[in-house]
Amino acid sequence: MELVNPGIGLIFWMVVIFGLLLLVLGKYAWKPIMKSLHEREESIDKALKSADKAREEMKSLQADNEKLRQEAREERDKILKQARDKQNEIIEQAREEANQERQRIIDSARKEISNEKQAAARELRETVADISLKIAEKITRQELEDEKKQHKLVKEYFDEIDFR
Amino acid sequence: MNKVTLSKTLKIFTPILLISILLQVNPLYASENSESANNDSGEEEFNAGKMILDHIVDHYSWHVMTIDGKEVAINLPVILYHKGQWHFFMSSRFDHGHSSYKGFKIAKEGPNNGKIVHVTHKNGGKKVERPLDLSITKNVASLFSAAIIALLIFLSVAKRYKQRTYKAPKGLQSFLEPVILFIRDEVAIAAIGKEKYHKFMPYLLTLFFFIFLMNLMGLVPIPPGGANLTGNLAVTGVMALFTLIITLTSSNKNYWRHTFNTPGIPILLKLPIPIIPVIELVGIFTKPFVLMVRLFANITAGHIVLLSFVSIIFIFTNNIDPIAGLAVSPVSLLFGVFISLLELLVAFIQAYVFVLLSALYFGMAMEEEH
Repeated sequence: MELVNPGIGLIFWMVVIFGLLLLVLGKYAWKPIMKSLHEREESIDKALKSADKAREEMKSLQADNEKLRQEAREERDKILKQARDKQNEIIEQAREEANQERQRIIDSARKEISNEKQAAARELRETVADISLKIAEKITRQELEDEKKQHKLVKEYFDEIDFR
Repeated sequence: MNKVTLSKTLKIFTPILLISILLQVNPLYASENSESANNDSGEEEFNAGKMILDHIVDHYSWHVMTIDGKEVAINLPVILYHKGQWHFFMSSRFDHGHSSYKGFKIAKEGPNNGKIVHVTHKNGGKKVERPLDLSITKNVASLFSAAIIALLIFLSVAKRYKQRTYKAPKGLQSFLEPVILFIRDEVAIAAIGKEKYHKFMPYLLTLFFFIFLMNLMGLVPIPPGGANLTGNLAVTGVMALFTLIITLTSSNKNYWRHTFNTPGIPILLKLPIPIIPVIELVGIFTKPFVLMVRLFANITAGHIVLLSFVSIIFIFTNNIDPIAGLAVSPVSLLFGVFISLLELLVAFIQAYVFVLLSALYFGMAMEEEH
């Protein structure tokens, strides 16, 4: 039967053609194709990996940023607090100083006043003494104009003196 | 059946004929015309079996169609080596098998039916000899075409790959890439393993695409298609032989130990009568043999079924009535289309199966002890 009786010629040509096709395609088609596919896959793989890495880095960078911001915020709060403290302190100090100053002024004023008062009192005493002496002098002079009165006075003085 | 009825029938059939061209059954029609033309002499009746067989075997000239009884055929070179002498001539010398040339003629019967034989008349007796026949037959010519098409496609695609290594595939490249990756990932890596598949890739890819291409070309009715390449045992047999040779050359010690001294088998099955080793040894050769027969049988069967459906029209026309032939033709053509589409699927599946099994055999030959 012809169908299952293949010709030797076809077998020969098939060996030749298939063999040549195998060699040529193997060297000039499949080799570069497989190489290129492999390279492309590798590069895609690498790109994906690096994208992953970049994302990871981004994330850590963001975390860092957040941390830095947090730190900055804390720092700011700290500085503000310090400033407020300092302000309060300064105000307190100023108040204190003002108080002291006032106290000092008041004290010195008081002292001055008292000094002045004493001086005035002394002067007044002296003046009063003076006046008293003058009055006494005048009175004495008036009293002494009359004999009787002089005797009487002497008598009074003597009376006053205790001779015991 | 006279000529008038025939031409009338043909007129009615013209639209269907046009459709049938699209449906890739054109050569059948062409041949049928010649058959019918022969019928005019009243010598031959339409013989579906003969016609179908005629379509799926090899020929020395490439018959395209017959117009008004005139055959349109591509004559192919005949290359013969007989008794220390080479003979080169065109197949037109045989006048489509009707005449002989230099004592060579195409045998019409016997074991060499359809092949060139050398006939010498001596002492009143006939001596029939078969020369070494390396003719460029229809199949060989189609084989050349397939190889050239394969080279054109894959060399250009390879060039594209070189230019666009890191870019997405484009055009034909993007059409072929999934198939290449499929062969690599689902066939080679799956069957052979990730470490060793590399060196088999050129063979597996060439095998797959060549079988697929030949299968498809077998479905195209006009040259360079139309030859039943993968439905020829020579073609499938050579490919199976390549698979066998590669299997044997890449086999390791473990493979041969498994063949001759299969572990885990009772010793009585090996000695004194080596049943299992013999079975295993025969298995080495039956595997490629089955590869050869499977592809051949599947493709040939597809062609036979397709041709049979179309033959129904002529059987009805010739044996019952032209009207009956006309009536049955839509059904026939519908089934023809269906079978054609099925054959497209089979073309892929058989190429895939051939390659997958080859890869499995390579994988088995290289399996390490576990």
